[in-house]
Amino acid sequence: MKKQIAVIGLEMHCELKSNSKVFSSARNSYSEIPNTNIAPLDMAFPGTLPVVNKKCVEDALKMSIVLNCKQPEYMFFDRKNYYYPDLPKGYQITQMTNPVGTCGKIEIEVNDQLIPVHIHDIHLEEDSASLDHFFDTSNIDYNRSGIPLLELVTEPCFHSANEAVAFLEHMRRVYQYCDISEADTKKGQIRCDVNVSIMDEDATELGTKVEIKNVNSFGGVHDAIVYEIERQMKLKEEGRYNEVEQETRRWDEETASTIRMRSKVDAIDYKYFVEPNIPKYKISKEWIEEIKGKIPRLHLERKQDYINNYGLSSYDAEILVKDKEISDYFEECLALEIDAKSASNWITTQILGYINKNSLTINDLYLNPKRLKDLIDELNKGSISTKQAKEIFLKVIEEKKEVKDFINKDNAQISNKDELTKIIDEILANNQSQIEEYKNGRTNIFDYFVGQVMKQTRGKANPVLTKEILTEKLK
Amino acid sequence: MDKSIKELHELLKSGQITSEDLVKESLKKSHEIEDKYNAFVTICDDATEKEVTDSLVSGIPFGVKDNYSTKDVLSTGSSNTLKNYVPFYTATVVQKLFDAGAIMVNKTALDEFGMGGTGTTCHTGPVLNPWDKTRMCAGSSAGSACAVAAGVYPFALGSDTGDSIRKPAAYCGIVGYKPTYGMLSRYGLFPFASSLDHCGVLTRSVEDAAIVCDIMKGKDECDMTSWDSSHIHLQESLTGDIKGKKLFYIKEICDLENYPNANEELKAHLENFNKTLDLLKEAGAIVEKISIDQRLLNAIASVYVVISCAEATSNMSNLTGIIFGPRSDKQDVFEMMKDHRTLGFSPLIKRRFIIGSYVLQKENQERYFRNAARVRRLIVDKMKELFKTYDALILPVSSGPAKKLDEDKDIIDKNTSVLEEHLQIGNFGGFPSITIPNGFVNDLPVGVNLTGNCYDDENVLNIAYTLESMMPYKGQIAKERE
Repeated sequence: MKKQIAVIGLEMHCELKSNSKVFSSARNSYSEIPNTNIAPLDMAFPGTLPVVNKKCVEDALKMSIVLNCKQPEYMFFDRKNYYYPDLPKGYQITQMTNPVGTCGKIEIEVNDQLIPVHIHDIHLEEDSASLDHFFDTSNIDYNRSGIPLLELVTEPCFHSANEAVAFLEHMRRVYQYCDISEADTKKGQIRCDVNVSIMDEDATELGTKVEIKNVNSFGGVHDAIVYEIERQMKLKEEGRYNEVEQETRRWDEETASTIRMRSKVDAIDYKYFVEPNIPKYKISKEWIEEIKGKIPRLHLERKQDYINNYGLSSYDAEILVKDKEISDYFEECLALEIDAKSASNWITTQILGYINKNSLTINDLYLNPKRLKDLIDELNKGSISTKQAKEIFLKVIEEKKEVKDFINKDNAQISNKDELTKIIDEILANNQSQIEEYKNGRTNIFDYFVGQVMKQTRGKANPVLTKEILTEKLK
Repeated sequence: MDKSIKELHELLKSGQITSEDLVKESLKKSHEIEDKYNAFVTICDDATEKEVTDSLVSGIPFGVKDNYSTKDVLSTGSSNTLKNYVPFYTATVVQKLFDAGAIMVNKTALDEFGMGGTGTTCHTGPVLNPWDKTRMCAGSSAGSACAVAAGVYPFALGSDTGDSIRKPAAYCGIVGYKPTYGMLSRYGLFPFASSLDHCGVLTRSVEDAAIVCDIMKGKDECDMTSWDSSHIHLQESLTGDIKGKKLFYIKEICDLENYPNANEELKAHLENFNKTLDLLKEAGAIVEKISIDQRLLNAIASVYVVISCAEATSNMSNLTGIIFGPRSDKQDVFEMMKDHRTLGFSPLIKRRFIIGSYVLQKENQERYFRNAARVRRLIVDKMKELFKTYDALILPVSSGPAKKLDEDKDIIDKNTSVLEEHLQIGNFGGFPSITIPNGFVNDLPVGVNLTGNCYDDENVLNIAYTLESMMPYKGQIAKERE
């Protein structure tokens, strides 16, 4: 058998942040208590009408721009008609004829390499209600009904589970950076459909496409793709590739396998047509420009900037851009002219350590970039030691005070050369025999002298200066 | 209750009658009319008087078609699928009338969800014509037309997707007006075909229609298709002066020679129409006959069927009996939905759903649904072009007076189909359109319709008002034929 390659396409649904739902005035908020965030439209009471949430359209356009898609001249919606108990209106308002973005392309990073991803389209739609199935009943929770969803459809352009998951992780971060979704898979805010086929390496036509619906974690996406590739490969190896059918399957977490739902032959005809209750809305060039102005620098650009222009390691840069708040903190430090490497060191070790331990966000931290600058400045001046700096770091945060409040005569480092020379002379005078040994070649005894100085000064002697003076005296 | 809104208001203001008197009389009349003509789904016996204010409708009873959502009052759409549905919110236009002090005394019967033109497919049974019980009121706003004509109150709300206000108005000898699409909010109106649905009113005079719509109109945050009409003042625009106004009528619809097999009723109807045109000329208007491509006119009925059935299929997919309406006792959820819909809908509606579903199917959509949308556009463009020259289109309503109940039911007679269906043009374009009575054929009322360009409601109403004042049918109450 020829070498096989896998071809994978993704459909990524992401719930958007907004005050109210996409077509109703009910709160868009996650709630454990069923049926608390609902308006009459969300349960399709007769006579209710959709009213488009402008913020959601703006966020959808934002993503369309980020993905380098084409934006349509007019915004309008379609109805996707089908019966299901979680769909109270009997149709979903979505975008089929005229999505908010088409023909996009972005680059993502996979194992430190950039690969292109082609976007078929991105469209704004409403979520369905959620169903809870019990032994002999099912409950419907309409809280989710009408929550804004962005559905992103890629071209079949991935060749491994890793690439597909890297894309999802990339997108999750883009959503978070743009502040249009928490993108939390645990809250079910991201859900994916995955298309998988295999083909001969040199083939020009794609193999039979299998769709796996409703995979709700990135781990699930990874495992489902791996499972499906193996399943199809095995059939091909055994000469039974004709058994791979164009069908819809679902990922079953418990058995870690994909299970057949329906054949493409039984595909539903959704009878799409334009939603008549929402008038066509012209998207002005000015609006697009205004939205462009609201898009922040995204993580990949920041990371490359940190590596290329600030000399950070790929590892550290990656930690800094993982979360926009942290990256913003770092950039604020740069704006305050803190040395990039010191800022990075402090953030990636002390600060992240502290906020993770105490379950804080970096914006909650009392030690803002300005205070961090004060601390680093004191350290650079030599008025405090690294050890002291770490202590002051904690004190500033816990006592909510300024750095200068902890810099005083008592704990100030002794950096005065005359003062230090006096102390060192005294110590040397009391250690004549050790000086002899040193001069006879036991140079490792040098540290003994340093230790004596530290002992005498209770650790406050500036270590660099101490070594400098000792070296001079012991020549 | 046989008086106009203004007359009643003056009587109320001067203390000669009270709101309580009116409510009592209207309720009493409602029961009489219900017994005779089967016009209502609900009579609100607990309705009480309201304070008389400066608002012309304050303290005055009115009726609401049963496809408007009314809080705490049964709202069925005249369908078994909602036979027990009591909404928890009130439609915007109804609320505006409540706020103005008007009193709802009943909910009127309609062809199930407005999907019919006879007034005979209500779940409570057919509505009979108050001029002749063997005849229909036409539909779908049958109960509203019947009650206003019979003098239960001066006005009732209707809705109009094809001609559902304007045809029953003609058959019952009253006024029926649907303003430009979006002038009245549709929030709370049970949808039939959203792009064609209009709210409107049935009254016994043009002025009353203007008064009621002045109160109901306005942009509604709950309906994105509504628009700000604060610059439009319908009642104030009724000057009675139409000198120099230009009207047109369509040769292919109005000439008797188009109907070689015309019966006596049709002949009399068209003759009467021509007399009406003479009145307009007398008032100083210019009336011209124009010709329109017969193919466009012939397409009206099919375009309407395709678009309205398609939208209806989708709009009524929420009727599953799961959240509201009688719930089936079947175990499987899909069986529940199927059961609810199979038992709940009348055969006529089911037929329309099948048509709607068929024309939306992937393989048929281009040929039927999209072509219908294109032809709709052609028809609307043609009308808009004519409205550049003319103030309004004037046409006879239907092919004569009300039809016999035991005659055809929604079966289209090929010969007169355009005459029966042309009012749908007003829905295709969202044009303001009003029917007023213009006489009698066989002792039964007939109507004439005026339609103008979008947003030109003031002009259209003023022409109707002027014409009305030249004829003796304003304010007429139905008198049953022996």
